[in-house]
Amino acid sequence: MNESRAEVLVDCQSLWKIFGDKTEAAIRAVSERGATKADVLQQFNCVVGVSGASLQVRRGEIFCIMGLSGSGKSTLIRMLNRLIDPSLGKVLVKGEDLSRLDTARLREMRARHIGMVFQSVALLPNRTVLENAGFGLEVQGVPRAERNAAARASLAKVGLSEWLDRYPSELSGGMQQRVGLARALTSDPEIILMDEPFSALDPLIRRQLQDEFRQLTKELGKSAVFITHDLDEAIRIGDRIAIMKDGAIIQTGTAEEIILNPADQYVADFVAGISRVHLVKAHSVMIPVAEFRHQHPDIALDTLPAAAPDADVAALIGQITEAAQGAVAVVDQGQAVGVITMRNLLLSLREAPAAQGGDHG
Amino acid sequence: MDLSFLQISPGRALAPAVDWLNAHFHGVFAAIGRGVEAALSALEFVLLVLPAPAVIAIAALAVFFLIGWRLAVLIAACLGFVLLMGLWRETMQAIALVTVAVILSVAIAFPLGVLAARRPKVEAVLRPVLDIMQTVPPWVYLIPAVMIFGLGRVPAIMATIIYGIPPMLRLTTLAFRQVPVAFRELGAAIGASPRAVLFRIEIPTAMPTLLVGLNQCILLSLAMVVLAGLVGAGGLGAEVTRGLTRMEMGLGLRAGLAIVAVALLMDRLSRGILQQGRDKGGKS
Ligand SMILES: Nc1ncnc2c1ncn2[C@@H]1O[C@H](COP(=O)(O)OP(=O)(O)O)[C@@H](O)[C@H]1O
Ligand SMILES: [Mg+2]
Repeated sequence: MNESRAEVLVDCQSLWKIFGDKTEAAIRAVSERGATKADVLQQFNCVVGVSGASLQVRRGEIFCIMGLSGSGKSTLIRMLNRLIDPSLGKVLVKGEDLSRLDTARLREMRARHIGMVFQSVALLPNRTVLENAGFGLEVQGVPRAERNAAARASLAKVGLSEWLDRYPSELSGGMQQRVGLARALTSDPEIILMDEPFSALDPLIRRQLQDEFRQLTKELGKSAVFITHDLDEAIRIGDRIAIMKDGAIIQTGTAEEIILNPADQYVADFVAGISRVHLVKAHSVMIPVAEFRHQHPDIALDTLPAAAPDADVAALIGQITEAAQGAVAVVDQGQAVGVITMRNLLLSLREAPAAQGGDHG
Repeated sequence: MDLSFLQISPGRALAPAVDWLNAHFHGVFAAIGRGVEAALSALEFVLLVLPAPAVIAIAALAVFFLIGWRLAVLIAACLGFVLLMGLWRETMQAIALVTVAVILSVAIAFPLGVLAARRPKVEAVLRPVLDIMQTVPPWVYLIPAVMIFGLGRVPAIMATIIYGIPPMLRLTTLAFRQVPVAFRELGAAIGASPRAVLFRIEIPTAMPTLLVGLNQCILLSLAMVVLAGLVGAGGLGAEVTRGLTRMEMGLGLRAGLAIVAVALLMDRLSRGILQQGRDKGGKS
């Protein structure tokens, strides 16, 4: 697909974060003899926040990290802009190793290239919405007129043009979080880090913000790392999803890949309740053309209705129930690449038994 | 707690220490003394150069425009009261003393308070010192102060500063501890310098609590300045002392009431500023 060829903006390689007094000994144990999280806790009384996490975020991609509370998501995302220094491993942002940047260069990297949005929003109470949105530029010493113009533009993008002179306490939770997003956008960074930004909001507002956020990010061509503890949210927002458990990333892939091929029982349990009709796409349901010909020598391919490879199961159900032969051809650039029968569709909706094998993560 | 221990034993150790300081750092102390004296004289001059009614009018108008009419009326009433009591000059002297003392207290307490908030070790060292500063009866400070600076306004200011530092320092530490972690994280995440974090995030956020500390510092300093009349600091304290030593009920009472008026004025004024800060910050 397209995204797999795009430039890698954030690259983290086997990151570890160990909290505690004897971290040095613990790190040595990890790097020299491959001690596990449990070993580290037992032998050194150190908490492992993140263990051996690797991920790549490509330009224009929304990368979700999903995991339960305490799984290490906040620690991991804070290593991407070095708010937390990794105990072990490397983070490259736009090809630059963060650990090698001096204070000034690191500050510039954060100011220009990496925006951040917090769950707690962190709007300064004594500043207006406009001043909050322009705060990043203010601390960089950008003149008032210029930063206000930039802040106005980004507040307009999140639909808050009418609220410029209000104080944060006058805004609802959803609106406050929009200001938080606008503040991150004002400095025009390529990468936006979001640590559970919508977790404290009402479900309805939350949904609305999820859709707006995805649309806005895509429109502006930004890349984002988005943390959530909610798989539905990850699926709704993310192009790819990493699932974290106990500090480790146990699977990375598109929502479809994860649902069709859960890496283990833990992931399988997580995805069990997720509806597949909008996630599973034609290309994972279809059977090869040759196989179809073999099974149904009597049906000519060109009489079947055509579907795109990324048509979802909901759309396929619509097409197939209209089709006289009970089958749909999957056509990519004028070429039939596969066929989907009623039986294939039904099988795709059946939840796969966990850990059925195959390559993942 | 056995306070007599605090008053007797350290005194024996302290007196030679004070003598030693006097012998070796006389120049330093003399310079400090001259600086403080100059600041005091300048402020007194400003307060006394205009006729009292003009000062009252200016003060009331300034408060009216900056804060509100209620406070302006109160200020005018307090100042008018001391004028009618015939204690205008003494009151202005007391206000000058308190102002200089508070400025110096804050200048010392604020940075130390910030440091204590950042470094638990500094706080661990400071806490017992502050406890002692607050438990020792205030007039005890006057003795070494007079030994070093002689009689007059300067030792009074020094003793007042020592008395004013602990509340300001404690509340500064508290105020900075209360700044939410997320705000500091925000500062780091947007690439703000430590200076920008201090001035644009921490101080504005800590302001309400800092102003509470300032309010306490002012009121305690006023109480101490009155006591400082004992060492010839002049002002209202001198009048109270005179009333006491001559057993003049009338004078003592007038001076006492004037002090109440000044206390009321300073308390309400600093609260007014505090309130202003809160309103601007919304109701959060
Ligand atoms: N500063 C810290 N000191 C010690 N342990 C920490 C610290 N920060 C996080 N942890 C521990 O690291 C683990 C991961 O925390 P966190 O990254 O906040 O998880 P999440 O954001 O997924 O809820 C937790 O067990 C937490 O207790
Ligand atoms: Mg978290």
